[in-house]
Amino acid sequence: MDESHRCNCNCTYSIWILINIIVGFKSYCFKKSLWVFHFGGASCNNCDIEILDCLTPRHDLERFGILLVGSIRHADVLLVNGSINMRDKERLLEIYHQAPKPILVVAIGACGCTGGIFAEGITFAGPVDKIIPVNAYIPGCPPKPEAIIAGIVKLVQSS
Amino acid sequence: MAENLFYFFIFPGLLFAGVTGAFLSWFDRKITARVQFRKGPPLLQPFYDFFKLLLVKETILPKHGSPMVFLSAPLFAVFGATMAGVFILLPLLGINTGFRGDLLVIFYLLTIPSFSYIIGSLASGNPLAAVGGSREMKLILSYELTFLLVVAGVIMKCGQQFDLNSVIQTQQAGTPFIGSISGVLLFIVAVFCIQAKLALVPFDMPEAEAEITEGIFIEYSGAAYALIKLTKYIMFFILPAFIVAMLLNGFKLEGLGILWAILKVLGVVLLITLIRNTNPRIRIKQAMKFFLVWMNLIAVIAIVLIAFGY
Repeated sequence: MDESHRCNCNCTYSIWILINIIVGFKSYCFKKSLWVFHFGGASCNNCDIEILDCLTPRHDLERFGILLVGSIRHADVLLVNGSINMRDKERLLEIYHQAPKPILVVAIGACGCTGGIFAEGITFAGPVDKIIPVNAYIPGCPPKPEAIIAGIVKLVQSS
Repeated sequence: MAENLFYFFIFPGLLFAGVTGAFLSWFDRKITARVQFRKGPPLLQPFYDFFKLLLVKETILPKHGSPMVFLSAPLFAVFGATMAGVFILLPLLGINTGFRGDLLVIFYLLTIPSFSYIIGSLASGNPLAAVGGSREMKLILSYELTFLLVVAGVIMKCGQQFDLNSVIQTQQAGTPFIGSISGVLLFIVAVFCIQAKLALVPFDMPEAEAEITEGIFIEYSGAAYALIKLTKYIMFFILPAFIVAMLLNGFKLEGLGILWAILKVLGVVLLITLIRNTNPRIRIKQAMKFFLVWMNLIAVIAIVLIAFGY
């Protein structure tokens, strides 16, 4: 009876290890290949330029497997920048619901994180984290490409 | 039966062609990065992409569309690419199938992935996907005749024999077909044809990323998109291998021949990658004119030259 009990234990243990390996493999693959979809709200375009700067030869983000994709259906990360006003809010919610899960959301720039100078405007519909859950904040007006890369690295390490 | 299943799933088929094609796709991305003075992705990047899409991501079905057709299209695409890969790679690796007339079967099997993409994109119910699908149809109409002329030229060159095995045998007994004027012309035409078949940059209007946001693949996510990626990897290996078999002397798998075989495939892939990095995307009208007028003209000239023995 003892032996059978031990065997059961071993089986459960090995299954547990197997599940852990599979989960680890999945999260490793996810971390190594983040595809980015870029949502610009009512932005002044400075953050957009800095995001594009990350993909240029100087700060080549493809060496971490990060690609800019055209369709939200292929995305793993949703980059949101610019102040979100009442019209953008519906679009942002729609884009977020169209994305395949798991999806990570990154708010970029002062407007994305807190609202910045638009926080008290009459058409302002709240910073990004009041509308959809946000995984990482990259403040700055605009953040440097180095700051964006540092934010992405922290995002990868936390997920 | 077991042998055939082994051929299909493991050795020249799904596993081998998929893994080799994934490495070739890494090679393509790395060369692209070096051309643009970037560093480029790590060696296992295509595998990370594939397993992320297959295991982690959710597959979303279209609301206004046909889910069954939408999901079965990538399966048919993988099937067509693998089947064509088996028929191309078996003679190339020196395994004689004894199948007379496999060049025509390969020609038809190679169109199955494109047709599946069209069917899948039209079943998704997305207007941008429909635009991409119609562009892919026009692209097929333009390059398919040219590709058939290339195959016909190769068949004429080896003395009216319709199987890949005797094409390779004829070349290895004499000179490779590219060693003549007509062979060079056929090679140029064939490279542009596989560029269009792979939907790489001068001819990537079906999946124009900035214009119609991936076009035919816009609605695919998760495991279905992983299968499309797998098809693209397989096609990226078997089409250069097909050119190597038809015009560049095939493989001699002994001693230094293995190195030559790898270098030949890498050379064709390098040529495709450089074409894709130095050209802008052209309009569908320009692509049709390019193939229907100029490439057909060159192919017909090559066939006339072959008839006169050059």
